[in-house]
Amino acid sequence: MVSINYYLGLAIILFTIGALGVLIRRNAIIVFMSVELMLNAANLAFVAFARYWQSMNGQIFVFFIMTVAAAEVAIGLALIVTIFRSKASIDVDQMNSLKG
Amino acid sequence: MVLNEATTGGFFYLVPFVVFFPILGLLINMVIGGKLGEKATGTVACLASGLSFVVAVLLGIALIGRPEGLVVSYLDWITLGSLQLDWAFRVDTLSVTMMLVVGGVGTLIHIYAVGYMHEDVRHHSDPGRFSRFFIYFNLFIAAMMVLVSANNYIMLFVGWEGVGLCSYLLIGFWYEKGKDGIGNAQAGKKAFITNRVGDFGFLIAAFLMFKFFQPLAENGVFSFDFDSVASIAPQVAPSVILAITLFMLLGVTGKSAQLPLYVWLPDAMAGPTPVSALIHAATMVTAGVYLVARSYALYSLVPVAQNWVAIIGAVTALFAATIAVAQFDIKKVLAYSTISQLGFMVAAVGMGAFVAGMFHLVMHAFFKALLFLSSGSVIQGLERGQHHVEHDPVLHKKMKHEIHFDPQDMRNMGGVRHKMKTTFWVYLIGALALAGIFPLAGFWSKDEILAEASILNPTIYWILVVAAFFTAFYMGRQVLMVFFGESRSEPATHAKESPAVMTIPLIILAFLSIVGGFLNFPTTLTFGTWLEHTIQVAGEALGEHAAAGSEFNWIVIIISTVLALSGITLAWYLYIRRFEDMKLLPSNKRADDPLRSILGPVFTLLENKYWVDELYGYIIIKPYQWLSKFLAEKIDWEFWHDFFHDRILLRSFNTITRFLSGPVDLGIIDGIANFLGDGFKELAAQMRKLQTGFVRNYALSIFIGVVFIIGYLIIRLG
Repeated sequence: MVSINYYLGLAIILFTIGALGVLIRRNAIIVFMSVELMLNAANLAFVAFARYWQSMNGQIFVFFIMTVAAAEVAIGLALIVTIFRSKASIDVDQMNSLKG
Repeated sequence: MVLNEATTGGFFYLVPFVVFFPILGLLINMVIGGKLGEKATGTVACLASGLSFVVAVLLGIALIGRPEGLVVSYLDWITLGSLQLDWAFRVDTLSVTMMLVVGGVGTLIHIYAVGYMHEDVRHHSDPGRFSRFFIYFNLFIAAMMVLVSANNYIMLFVGWEGVGLCSYLLIGFWYEKGKDGIGNAQAGKKAFITNRVGDFGFLIAAFLMFKFFQPLAENGVFSFDFDSVASIAPQVAPSVILAITLFMLLGVTGKSAQLPLYVWLPDAMAGPTPVSALIHAATMVTAGVYLVARSYALYSLVPVAQNWVAIIGAVTALFAATIAVAQFDIKKVLAYSTISQLGFMVAAVGMGAFVAGMFHLVMHAFFKALLFLSSGSVIQGLERGQHHVEHDPVLHKKMKHEIHFDPQDMRNMGGVRHKMKTTFWVYLIGALALAGIFPLAGFWSKDEILAEASILNPTIYWILVVAAFFTAFYMGRQVLMVFFGESRSEPATHAKESPAVMTIPLIILAFLSIVGGFLNFPTTLTFGTWLEHTIQVAGEALGEHAAAGSEFNWIVIIISTVLALSGITLAWYLYIRRFEDMKLLPSNKRADDPLRSILGPVFTLLENKYWVDELYGYIIIKPYQWLSKFLAEKIDWEFWHDFFHDRILLRSFNTITRFLSGPVDLGIIDGIANFLGDGFKELAAQMRKLQTGFVRNYALSIFIGVVFIIGYLIIRLG
């Protein structure tokens, strides 16, 4: 079979890309996509380990993650729509009202 | 408690009441006196004094059954280690004699004063002050009773100072009147301060007594009482006893107005006449004589001190008698006469003739009180005449427009015997008694002193004899100037007699002045034996006294009678015959007194009392006032206040305060506070830079944090 390392390696790469995406991209939707990418990387890791340890726990936890990701996207997109309505832009750099 | 013992133990235990009745009287008058009216106030005061006298009589009766007397202890006053003072009353023949005099003469004077003060408060326009007089008067009786009934020197001193206080209060009774509006107050002050010098002597004597007697006392506890002093005294060094007696003599000269502290008594005449009668003739001034008699145990051990006492007494007697010859104020003559007679008494007790001295004290109380009260009657008679003249339009014009008519000046009197008959007769009796004319009281007592002196100390005898001559002369002068001849002023022509409340005590005192002498008639010596239960003089002298007193010493009697009669005759010659002749001269060349034209400058010397007051003022008072002024102005005000307080203290204090409030408070403390505040602000400003509002920065910091945590966990747990 394919060694788990490769699955984990893929997960890591996906996670890194997602993290960098959160940090670097300006567009809010792209940031959300990157967050989803991170979450999915985590899903992949969970499933890989579930296969490795021959246990169902990992796969069950993927369900939880998916549920949370879905809920989070719903709310996040709602927030972005609201922000767009007030600021006419979804550039995260422009959302600096908390500047001290 | 006291009354129960009184019925079982005899009247001795009533003795606290001699003090309590007057105190009760004064308290009643203090509380409701003003509202009760004059009659009630006077009655309360007279009753208080009268009941005190009744108790004294009962004590006398008790003493007849038990002549050695009794000490009635009342309460423990001060217990302080080696000092034990009790409030204890001594009932023996000497103290009861004094109590009877104070109570008896005091009550008569109280009755007289009711009438006198009734007119006096109206004369000075302050009827409300009537009750205050009787409060002070009762207080005096209380204090004097404490003095004479005391069983120890300190309780005696309490009474001593109490009577000094009452003297001050009563002399300055009309405190806003007198010369320049403060004369009476100044006279009171003079009396009190001069007495204080005497009190200083008394206190030094008491302190010396404690220091030297206390180690020898029973259990080392000394109580100042007369019995223990008498028993310890022989064991103490004679020089100490000499010091004690001489300091005590200073106290006696202060209280009994002897040289050199007599100067307050003539000024004390500023008080109302009953005051002069009671305090400055009959009772307070005799306290010194009483003290010497009481301290016979001490004085008999030191003949030197006794000599000093006698010399001071005799010299004072002569000195004051000469001054009295040239005085014009009716009360001043009597004042100097009192000083002179006190000199007789002091000389007597100084020579060891205690019985003679005390006998003269009692007789003198009678006739001197009589003379003072009658002079008050004369003065008020003249004031009534003045009032009559001022309110009668015709007479008012006749009277020369004098700004100050002095009703006490004898030059304004004359012929008063026609207008004031009762006063005249009692005054005459008093004057003859004082001059020592047989068979009135003064004859017996003065002659007994002279008889003792002729045996014990001839120098003193001759001094006293000359003084006796002058006594007769000045009393004759006074009686003739006041009552005889023609009236020299309008008020004197219209003088009016005094009411019965005043004349009846005078008549009683006159009666006592006539019969009093038989109290110590030379062969029966009732008074002598009475007193000798208390004053046991050393055996030898006693034998001599018995010899001297128990028979008539005819030479002394003849000499003194001849001198008295010649004094009176000389006075008659000068003041009746010469006076008439002088009237023929024109008024500007006419001297006011025949003696002035005879004696000239000597008369002026006597009239000005040898300028002793001025001398004291120059030597003592002016330097003292200069010193006070110096201390007050230069030292206290200028140096202490201006320089030290204002410049040094205040300025340095202000500088320190300014320093503390400026550089320290504002600079340092505020600086620290501000520094802290600013520091935090800077910190906050720096930390605010973290809050960029930049979402990506927040995300980055979360990311870095997660990395660190996971890294830490891997390393630690890996």
